[in-house]
Amino acid sequence: MLAVTSAPRIASNKRTVVDARRQQFAKTRHAPEEYPHRLNFYLVPPAGDIALEQFEEWAIARLKVLGELESCQFRNKTPAETDEHMKPVLDKYMRLSSNASRSGEVQDERKRDHYSHWTLRLAFSSTPDLRQRFARLETQLLKLRMASDDARERRAFIDSLSMSWETLSEEEKITWLDQLKAATNLKRDEEESWFKVAWEKVPELVERRQCLLKRGVAYVHVREQQTMVINEFSRQLETGLELAARNLPRMDEDNRLSPILHHLSQSFVAPDAGYSESSSIGDITTPTAAAIDGLSQHFPLCMQNLHRELRKNSHLKHFGRLQYTLFLKGIGLSLQECILFWRKSFKLIADDKFKSDYLYNIRHAYGDVGGDSNRRGRGYTPYSCQKLLTEPAPSAGQTHGCPYRTYNPDNLLSLLQSVGVSDRTLLQGVKEDVGKQRYHIACNRVFDYAHKAQIKKVKDEGLWSASELDLVLHPNAYFKRSFLLKNLGKVKAGDLGVDGAFGVSSGGAGEKMEE
Amino acid sequence: MPHAVSPSPDAEAPTNVGDSYMSDAPAAPLESEEAASETDDLPTPQNATPGASKNLEDMFDDDSDDDEFSSSAATRPDASSQPEPRSAPSKPRYAEPDTLRQFYSRIFPFRPLFQWLNHSPTPQPDFQNREFAFVLPGGAYIRYQSFASADLFRKQCIQMTPERFEIGPQYSINPRDRKTLRKASAFRPVMKELVFDIDMTDYDPIRTCCSGAAICSKCWQFITMAIQVVDAALREDFGFQHILWVYSGRRGAHAWISDKRAREMDDTKRKALANYLVLVSGNEQGKKTGIKRPLHPHIDRSLKILNPYFQTDVLADQDPWHSSEHAEKLLALLPDKTLATALQKKWDSSPNRSSNQKWSDIDTVAEAGNLSATFTAKQLVEAKQDIRLEYTYPRLDAEVSKKLNHLLKSPFVVHPGTGRVCVPIDTRSLEAFDPFSVPTVTQLLQEIDEWDKAHVGMSEEDRSKVQDWQRTSLKPYVEYFRGYVASLLKAESAGKRGREEEGGGETMEF
Repeated sequence: MLAVTSAPRIASNKRTVVDARRQQFAKTRHAPEEYPHRLNFYLVPPAGDIALEQFEEWAIARLKVLGELESCQFRNKTPAETDEHMKPVLDKYMRLSSNASRSGEVQDERKRDHYSHWTLRLAFSSTPDLRQRFARLETQLLKLRMASDDARERRAFIDSLSMSWETLSEEEKITWLDQLKAATNLKRDEEESWFKVAWEKVPELVERRQCLLKRGVAYVHVREQQTMVINEFSRQLETGLELAARNLPRMDEDNRLSPILHHLSQSFVAPDAGYSESSSIGDITTPTAAAIDGLSQHFPLCMQNLHRELRKNSHLKHFGRLQYTLFLKGIGLSLQECILFWRKSFKLIADDKFKSDYLYNIRHAYGDVGGDSNRRGRGYTPYSCQKLLTEPAPSAGQTHGCPYRTYNPDNLLSLLQSVGVSDRTLLQGVKEDVGKQRYHIACNRVFDYAHKAQIKKVKDEGLWSASELDLVLHPNAYFKRSFLLKNLGKVKAGDLGVDGAFGVSSGGAGEKMEE
Repeated sequence: MPHAVSPSPDAEAPTNVGDSYMSDAPAAPLESEEAASETDDLPTPQNATPGASKNLEDMFDDDSDDDEFSSSAATRPDASSQPEPRSAPSKPRYAEPDTLRQFYSRIFPFRPLFQWLNHSPTPQPDFQNREFAFVLPGGAYIRYQSFASADLFRKQCIQMTPERFEIGPQYSINPRDRKTLRKASAFRPVMKELVFDIDMTDYDPIRTCCSGAAICSKCWQFITMAIQVVDAALREDFGFQHILWVYSGRRGAHAWISDKRAREMDDTKRKALANYLVLVSGNEQGKKTGIKRPLHPHIDRSLKILNPYFQTDVLADQDPWHSSEHAEKLLALLPDKTLATALQKKWDSSPNRSSNQKWSDIDTVAEAGNLSATFTAKQLVEAKQDIRLEYTYPRLDAEVSKKLNHLLKSPFVVHPGTGRVCVPIDTRSLEAFDPFSVPTVTQLLQEIDEWDKAHVGMSEEDRSKVQDWQRTSLKPYVEYFRGYVASLLKAESAGKRGREEEGGGETMEF
């Protein structure tokens, strides 16, 4: 299975597992694949011949689409905005016409869609991280496409799937009608039609109390079918990816595919706001515990806030400590200096208590202690904006997370004012962004404002390329860029060049290594 | 501040002895990031004895009882009379290793506990690959213990005399062998009872009688209400049958659901189920997730269960809005300003109205025409429903339920702060359960002595027929637990047979 024979084609088929021997000696049959539906669950891998170029080309096109989709997510776009953004992208790279369109391209388009999915599935099965991202994005893509599908064709597609649901009988309907209506919040104009599944199949409906539960059976309104289909897809894709991962090392191929697959998976990693070692300023200067106060002017609001809280209370709670420690590690503070920093900052705490309660966690974050994998991976990776924006909100007394998200707008504005951001139009903009949940657009807005002059300078003089000034997606990237901009004169532009010029070593310091 | 220093059962105890559970301590590096917030400011248990912390990992690997760091009392009986000087003067008797050793060797129902976790009379991976975590006298916290049989488990308890132990999930392999794996990811939790934790501290915003660790019979009613609502939902909505409620020893209750379907739930399902039940959270008073109308049948049923309690236990006993500052809370919960101002005026002019009167005032004042034009009578009814829910609906510590690998204190262990045994609560006579009549460990040991004294004349043979636990007031609890476990095992073996028959049927087709 997943075997790629000498010909440039993917002959990976689940069914080969069952009678591998027979398959091995059988003549390869390539019945041209038929795609009756616009949408595809990608259950059966493709078995036809394609050229190596197509193999790569199609995959890159799909990758482009997935990348755009992910950036929509990072920018916290609403579904409607995402839809709008993705429409031209999809049309350009991965058009899929409906049956009704009568386009001659229909089958080719669907074939491309099918093959590219399976190519990327191979490319992204190698690590749990990639698998998870791939599954998430593919699921979103399906959701997007399903929403744009013609209603009749969508129904035909859903009916073609074999899902284990049972429609409610009239009798049951009459018995439970009131409860059914109340539980599923039925609108007046909706049809009175429900179906039954085991509640485990629809956890998200249970979670939001949007279905009726009776002895472990969920009574779900038909309108939820789409969501269920999508969940089922996501579930099957995840298992499929894991299966692919297990068989990847045994892939039978002649060294033409693996470079392509490797390259594909690499380019998927890049757009993520992962931490890169180049965000440390270790090359320029060695930060010390004593220097943090001075450097804190370059910190993004999330870290500045932690710093201020720390100075105010001489203490931070666990998650705040963790977030801040990792950030400090990310800017290049050594373990020794970091311990020194915390020791001095927790000035109300006795040495003994500090040693027993806090020291271990700092060392653990740096990978100085702990299990083997922790040490080898040199501790945890500094948190990205995405991580800070998706983790559970802090409860009372905790100060970690992204203030743009966790503070209510009024408190946020007074916090911003207290760190010296007072421009009225800017604050208004921040308020709007936050209202639309575009937290890190707000953060970038503040950054751009605070570094207006310097950004203009590097732009006008052409010192930095546009890509070096795109959205900040990582607190450490924020810091680094701020530090460089504010020190433009001190560090010669020639040595600087921002990212890259510092000899980015492969595999960031904090990246956890896969085992 | 290890718990050993808490001077008396009723004293304010350090937070880490509460009815809490430990989420992953840094010993498990990958999970420590997501450790729940209660680790804040608590000494991580390993670190409580600084010397031990570093070697802790090694400690339970080779199982050596190295004197260098193991809290001496645990391994050397002779040392028990000289506990660490720091904690010696105020250590309550029930936390003494000697008391605990007696308790574990004579009273603790290891056999039914084993069957309960094992789901079968003969040891199988359900028990053998299950994690136990010990909290030793002195505060050391040892994770990833596992035992091949009930006897070995008992032996280690007697030898180490843990102040308490916690039960974790069954893992994919024996937790003691986890380091031998090449891939750390192959070591993962596969099964655990679904658990719930209801803690009185979450009720602090609405109870007037006590706060913090203290409870009284008035506020215990909140736990009674919570048990009824959660139990009903678990049985009727999710179809679970094997639900064990356990008094947590001080101020709360735990639930353990052993149905196969519940045990095999993954984190997503646990989270979904927990959130299905959560409506009111403990820390942010007044901030509810909007309750939708029409009421979901689960909420509707819960309200029906809770209504009588609201009258008696909340309005009458708690009297939560008696003082004018407390009454403001009630006014803040009313969405209509006109009504709130009218009520405010009325209560200002006649202070000292009881909560009961104030509650009915809402209707009288509203009927007198003090409603905004936009505010309908229906909205008022809904607002009152919301308030009732706020004051009666269970406040779960939902994080406990959401993770498969969360540890929770075992039933029948001794609560280190109060000395009370964490006994099961029989839901058939839930109202009769009185947390203050739950026996303490010292009392139990005394009862054995008294029984022995009273039965001096009994022949040795007859005596041996009555086991130690049967001589104590723990007897009804153990008997209830045994009955519960028996019905679980019966259902389990019936299920197994059913599956085998089914499987057999399939093979016939070939």
